[in-house]
Amino acid sequence: MTVRDFQQAFDEKIDREIAIEPRDWMPDNYRKTLIRQISQHAHSEIVGMLPEGNWITRAPSLRRKAVLLAKVQDEAGHGLYLYSAAETLGITRDEMYEQLHTGKAKYSSIFNYPTTSWADMGAIGWLVDGAAIMNQVALCRTSYGPYARAMVRICKEESFHQRQGYEILLQMSKGTEIQRKMVQDSINRWWWPSLMMFGPSDDNSPNTEQSMRWRVKRFTNDELRQRFVDVTVEQCNILGMKLPDPDLKWNEERGHYDFGEINWEEFWNVVNGNGPCNKERLEARTKAWENGQWVRDAALAYSEKRKQRAKSDTKAA
Amino acid sequence: MPEQNSNKNEWPLWEVFIRSKAGLDHKHAGSLHAIDAQMAIENARDVYTRRMEGVSIWVVESKHVHASDPDSSGAMFDPANDKIYRHPTFYDLPDELTHM
Repeated sequence: MTVRDFQQAFDEKIDREIAIEPRDWMPDNYRKTLIRQISQHAHSEIVGMLPEGNWITRAPSLRRKAVLLAKVQDEAGHGLYLYSAAETLGITRDEMYEQLHTGKAKYSSIFNYPTTSWADMGAIGWLVDGAAIMNQVALCRTSYGPYARAMVRICKEESFHQRQGYEILLQMSKGTEIQRKMVQDSINRWWWPSLMMFGPSDDNSPNTEQSMRWRVKRFTNDELRQRFVDVTVEQCNILGMKLPDPDLKWNEERGHYDFGEINWEEFWNVVNGNGPCNKERLEARTKAWENGQWVRDAALAYSEKRKQRAKSDTKAA
Repeated sequence: MPEQNSNKNEWPLWEVFIRSKAGLDHKHAGSLHAIDAQMAIENARDVYTRRMEGVSIWVVESKHVHASDPDSSGAMFDPANDKIYRHPTFYDLPDELTHM
């Protein structure tokens, strides 16, 4: 078969909704796009542990602490599912870590914002995980098999993340005046960055068309963002809080909420490394990796020693 | 399985299979890195069974898995293509016939 035949067979599979599996032929750019997207996604899960890890020791009750620990552990697990999905495309785990630690690879910008109050644990679960779920549910049907399977597993687990966050806010919103203020302040800070999680608007997203053709993406950034706004408004009303957007209103004709313009300058600034916590997050991540070096070395040495011992035992026998 | 780029310090890759409850097969769940089989099983417990998804775990080092070649899967599975008489629905029998 020639490259053109392979390409044709690949296109046919995509059109017939047949999943692409690791050892199937795929165009180089499909492979590259997926490696970039899946590894960024994995990095986001791993870096995403940091803003919440910040509050584990200060959770207001044992129940909240157990829940937050479980959630952060899930994020680690999700990172691992995704790293191994990316590895099936021929990149190693160490290469991906290297790209993260040197700043070559991106991760979701949302994690470059600080978590300054306990209410942020609620807002992150509700809004940040809510936005992530919107994205991830669509990815459960992505064309690359290992990525889709990782997404199915992740989506099953994410639902608790969102519900626990909403519960935190719901409880605080029935509390004291100060607690209600904390909730509103937290929503004010997380709303816009959550909308930015869906990425640039469609007319500024050059990769969208190709990704839609390959069925890596199923919906455009703006479609998913609109869907998120539509479901979140009502959830906010139940909390008795306000979303910080004076332009937010129901549009009868469109059957959707209209909302204000996103501050794209802020978006690109954070993407390009100038958000409030970019430096701190990368430093924390790199430090964790470097401080774990002796553990990895010791495990390697131990396994070598056991192999040697097994060898000499066989000889002696 | 994909060839791993050789990196001496990277722990080997393992494939994880999980039996979700007694009576069912072990099913491929995913993969992970570990230094040896025991660590692979312990990591698999933490990564793949945080919500009681399993009662038994198998791990196999990925390099030991041999797979059929997807590019020749046409020829590979061709012998079964034209043998629909292996399926019970191939046989034309009267509707009143029961217990068969």
